[in-house]
Order: sequence, then structure tokens, then C-alpha cells
Amino acid sequence: MEDVPAAAGVDRDSATAANGAVGTDGTTSVVVQVDNVYKVFGRRPNEAVRQLKQGAGRDAVKHLGTAAVIDASFAVGRGEIFVIMGLSGSGKSTLIRMLNGLWKPTSGSVQIGGADLSKVSTKELRAIRQRSVSMVFQHFALLPHRTVRDNAAYPLEIQGMAKAERLAKAQTALDLVGLAGWEDHLPSQLSGGMRQRVGLARALAADTEVLLMDEAFSALDPLIRREMQEQLVEIQHKLGKTIIFITHDLNEAMFLGDRIAVMRDGEIVQIGTSEEILSDPANDYVAQFVADVDRTRVLTAASLMNRPAAVVPLSAGPRGASRTMRDAQVSAAYVVDRSRRLRGVVYDSEVVAALRAGTTSLESLVRDDVTAVTQDTSLSEIFAPAAESPLPVPVTDADGRLVGVIPRVVLLEAMVPPQLEETSSEGTEDTVDSKESVDSVEPALGLHLAAPTDDPRPLETADPTPPADPTEPTTGARP
Amino acid sequence: MITAAATTSGLPRIALGDWVESFIDWVTATFGWFFDQLKTILVWCYDQIDVVLSSPPFWVVALVLAALAFWAKGWKLGLGTLVGFVVIDVVGQWTNAMDTLALVILASVIALAIGIPLGIWAARNDVVSSVLRPILDFMQTMPAFVYLIPMVVIFLTGVVPGIVATVIFALAPGVRFTELGIRGVDKEVVEAGHAFGATDGRIMRQIQLPLAMPTIMAGVNQVIMLSLSMVVMAGLVGAPGLGRDVIASLQRVNISLGFEAGLSVVVLAMFLDRVTSALAARAPVSKALSAASV
Repeated sequence: MEDVPAAAGVDRDSATAANGAVGTDGTTSVVVQVDNVYKVFGRRPNEAVRQLKQGAGRDAVKHLGTAAVIDASFAVGRGEIFVIMGLSGSGKSTLIRMLNGLWKPTSGSVQIGGADLSKVSTKELRAIRQRSVSMVFQHFALLPHRTVRDNAAYPLEIQGMAKAERLAKAQTALDLVGLAGWEDHLPSQLSGGMRQRVGLARALAADTEVLLMDEAFSALDPLIRREMQEQLVEIQHKLGKTIIFITHDLNEAMFLGDRIAVMRDGEIVQIGTSEEILSDPANDYVAQFVADVDRTRVLTAASLMNRPAAVVPLSAGPRGASRTMRDAQVSAAYVVDRSRRLRGVVYDSEVVAALRAGTTSLESLVRDDVTAVTQDTSLSEIFAPAAESPLPVPVTDADGRLVGVIPRVVLLEAMVPPQLEETSSEGTEDTVDSKESVDSVEPALGLHLAAPTDDPRPLETADPTPPADPTEPTTGARP
Repeated sequence: MITAAATTSGLPRIALGDWVESFIDWVTATFGWFFDQLKTILVWCYDQIDVVLSSPPFWVVALVLAALAFWAKGWKLGLGTLVGFVVIDVVGQWTNAMDTLALVILASVIALAIGIPLGIWAARNDVVSSVLRPILDFMQTMPAFVYLIPMVVIFLTGVVPGIVATVIFALAPGVRFTELGIRGVDKEVVEAGHAFGATDGRIMRQIQLPLAMPTIMAGVNQVIMLSLSMVVMAGLVGAPGLGRDVIASLQRVNISLGFEAGLSVVVLAMFLDRVTSALAARAPVSKALSAASV
């Protein structure tokens, strides 16, 4: 397992490029250091750990106790988003609770900012929790009898800050998460997404270096969840917090994580960037996990393409090209040669200019700035060319002949999640949330270039009602 | 002394009752000074409460209690309370009812003062919890008037054995509901308190007790209702109030007196139950949760 934070994925856009600063130059300081941590619940935990260290399996020590975390080691650098991903029962929640001392490791050490949590006194541990590590909970964990403002100010109240000062700080945090105007409401009057914003504001108000997020968005419905993910990235960009994020959702992990640790049965089976985990899974389990979720790979260009609206033979010349574009009401047309092989694209303005100049050949106007895909290209690989150009993605056959195009709207439609039918492949614990995280669409285009979605919907039943305006990620305050 | 010798199993008869009796005798002899002090204090407390309830004119007390009901719940309960108290007065049970109310108040306050801290302790400590549980079971299931017998030995007859027996009898739900309420507080919220570095005391004060309050208030309601049922029974040992008339009517087969005293108990019970339930609904957490539907 690597200890140095790796660079963020190269193909990810500006939203996460901010985090890239973390690892790209390799000069980050380590904020959270976890070394060979074991946690066994049960009657004889120490004996269980001793046997585990000698190579016994998790099942072999069952009579001694339940091994929740086995030999976990990693380091998280300042400003990094580190995602711990695994299914229920994989030990991720236990692991995150050892990072702020809610659980004590049976063996191994956890250091926050250089302080070993198992060696400090109770009082010092409280001070570390107040100063250095705050936490966001899956079910929000707000105080129901306190207003939004008082909830956000609660960590500061615990720190002993004067009332006026802590309310001002809480206000800043609430503004940051887009809850201005809701300060005097009670949590029960808020929607789930807004409650979690209060949870986030509370953690931000504490102004700690490290933010632990335990399945923070898992209880939210998919669109809200995507909004919150974007907001988190934005906030992280602004404040440069070190975030350790627990999730069972691969898409969420890919979207948020600078690095991802995949857990299974208490062990970390792989740590890497989303790129590395997708392209180079450490073992069959990870591979299967990735493959299982990666349904867009099943969709191919052939199943999505339409008849091209504007195709001009090279021989038609500028006049023919302009007529074709006029008839089809488009501003660009694909150019093919005599055997319908794709040559490139021509644009209306240039064709008209050429007409005025009396040019008779299209040859010099053809640009090759579109990337064609083949018929068996998977959906997940079409996003990159689709994002590069406003034109429909051309699809060619084995001989390079143009056989169809995929307008962006078709791609977007294919990404819309199913509204009803859900098949969770997980344990019963996580029933609320799990698999429906396919997303409002623009971020999928912009940020998910390599990240697949886990859309379990049959391919042919594209949902006819996409979100209201797929080009606007809705990150702002909700009414 | 129990003399019946035969046991159906043929095993020797064990004089468990005699041992308990000897134990009570020993306790009486050894701690007599303590019980005398306790008796003096309890009588004094009872007199203070009884004076407040019994010496003002009927209308003053009835209106104040009706106003309390109005404040707790609304005008319907306020009006109902007033009508109920008028009924008690016109059947000639007002003084008895106020004596009973004074007993209930004193016994409930003592039972809660002991029960709630015990419940908090039990919620925080599994050993305490498992030790308390069988004791509470015993206290709750032992037939109520059995408590009265040793009390008579220790305190003789009057107010005090009634109060002490009532406290013992009514203690259990105060402990149980408090423990249940605190243990039932959402673990994540308590975890949040720890995660932000709060001390245990602060978590108890600001998270666990407020969130457990609706359950604790249900316990308070139970304590008061059990107290009422027990102080009526305490009429057997000469405790003042409605209980004495109920017992007297039973002994004299006096249907009219029995009905009037019994009806007064019912009115008092309804008043206490409705008011304490309404107070429970006024706990901040209950209000916060019902605010969701506003």
C-alpha cells in the first residue's frame, strides 16, 4: 500500500483539479496517519489480533471475536479527499470511528496531526476532537430541539466560545452551505438534503483541519446527493479541508476521491486513484465490483446512434455543403468521400466565406476536429469525444465509413437514472440509498469521463423525463 | 409465627416469612432513631403541602388547579377540571381529596427524586442496570398492600407508612422509563456529541436528557398514577384522604359512601393523568418533532 498521496486523476476537470494540487507535486504534509490498525469486537480481541497477524483469516478467529478492521494502513495528506469505499460490513464505519477515537484500535496506531490517539488522555482526546477532527453523520445527528443556527454553533459551544462569536461563525458556515435564511428553523422542518447541509455547516463551523464524513450523503435521494457532492467539492476547493469520506457507492467514490481505498471484509484491498482502480484493479473482487457497477460499458455506440442530419460528399463543393446545412438547419456538416469514409467536418461560416471568395473545392475547408468512435465503442468512452465538440459524435464502421451520429442529447438521455425500479446488490443495511446515484447529467459529462455509472436500468427504456435543465448543475440554495 | 407444617412435596417447611419478620424486627430495633427522624420529616412535609391545599377556600384551590390544567392543555381540560372538582365537593369529599392529593404529590416527588437519578445511573452502567432490574421487578409485582405490613411495624399507623409504601411501589416506572429513554436516544446524536469533544456530563445534560424527555415524562405520569392507586390503599393503615372512606365503606358495606369516594378518586386520577400527559407534550423535543407538520 502506498503512503504518499498520488496525483488526482489526469482526466478530471477543474472541479477536482483543485485537489490535484495536493498530490501532483508530492509535497503534501500528512495529516492523518493510520498504521497497521486492527479492530476486533468480542471476548478475546487481543488473541484474535495475534492470530490475524500470524496470517489467520477472518473466519478462523470468529470464535474469539468479530474482526471489523484488519491491518489497515494509509496516510492522508493535507487538503486531500480520501474515500474509503466498501459494502456494508466491510469495516469502513468502524475504521472512520477510530480516526477520531470513538473506537479505540485493538492494535496499531492512528495519528491526527502527529498525536497518537491511543496514547493521549481523555481530556486531550476531547481537545483533539474540538480542534482537529469533526464529523458528518449518515443520518445527520442533529439536535432536534435546537434551531439550525444553534445546531451549527454547537461544536463552538462545546469549545466554550462566547455566544456572539459562535453565532457569527455558525452564520458564516450556514451561508457557505447555502442555508442563509433558514437559521431559525428546527431540523424537523427541513428536507433531508438541507438537514445534511446543517450537519456539514456544523462540522465546518468547528473549523477543524480534518473532516470525517460517514456515508454522509447515502441517506439522500440521488439528485440531492449529486448536488451535495458538488457542493462538497466546491467547499473543499475554497477551504482546503482534509476530507475522509466513507461510502459504499463507487460513483460517489470516483467523483469525490483524490484517492480511494477499497475495503472488503475488514481489509483494505486497494488504494489508488479512481483511474488506477478502474484500469488496474488489484484483485478479482475489485474488478468484479467495478465491472458490476459499470453498466455504461454495456451500451455501445451502435445502440445509440441516429441517422446523421447533414452529410456532404466531398465532391458537393461549398455550394452543396451550404445547401445541406440550410436544409437541415445546422451550422456544421460531416464530409465523406466517395466511399462514405468520414473525412471531417465543415462549418457554415467558413463555407459561406469560401462561397464569397469563389472557392469551388471543399477540400481546404474540411477540419478533422471531431473524434469518431466505432460502433462497438462503449457509452462510457463516448463521453470524452462528446465533451470535446458540440457536434454529434460520428460513428464509423471498421472501414472508417460514417454509419451514424450520436447527438449529445441521446447520451444524456441514456444517463438519466430510472425513477422507480431499484435492485440493490447490497446487504440489507443500506437499503435507503445505494444504487441509484446516476446523476444530473452535465456533471456526468464534465466530470465522469472515465467514471462509469451504475445505472441498473434496461438499456432500451431511456427515461423520457430527464431532469428539468440538465445543463445547469443545481448547487445553489434550495427554497 | 407460622405453624402450618405440611408441604405438598414432603420437603421441610422453610420459614422464609419468619426470617423476613425477624429481619424487620431487627431493622426496627437497630434503626429506630433513623425511622423516627424520617417520620418527623415526612409528617412535616405532608403537613406543609396539605395546609396549602386544604386551608384556602374551595373556590380558590379549584380555580388554581383548573388554571393549571388550562395552561397545560387548554380550556377544555381547564373547564373539565373545574366541573370535576365541583362534583367532588358536592359529594362531600373535597377535604379527603385534598389530603389524597397532598399524599400523591409528596410520594411522587420523593419517588422521582430517587427514581430519575437511579435511571440515569442505570442507563450509563450496565452492571447497575442488571442489578436494578430484578429489584424493580420485585417491587412492582409484590402485591401492593404487602408493603404496608412492615411499614406499620416500623412507623405504626398514619400518614408515614402510607407515603413510604407508596414511594416504594411507585418508584419502579420512574427508574425504568428514565433508563429506557436515555438508552433509546439516537446513538448517532450521542456520537456527534463525543465527536465534537463534549464531556459526558454535557452530553447527558444537552443531548441525552432533552432527547429522552418525552419518555421520562411518560415515566413521571406512571409514577403519579401508581402513587394515587397506592395512597388510596394506604387508607388501610390509617393514611388520611379518600382511601380511608373507601376502606370504611368496604368494611361497613356502605355503597353510597364507596361510590362517592371512588368517584372522587376517578376525577383526581383523570386530572393528574391529563395534566402530566399535557406537560410531557410540552417538552422541547416533543414540540420540535411536532413542528414538522406545521
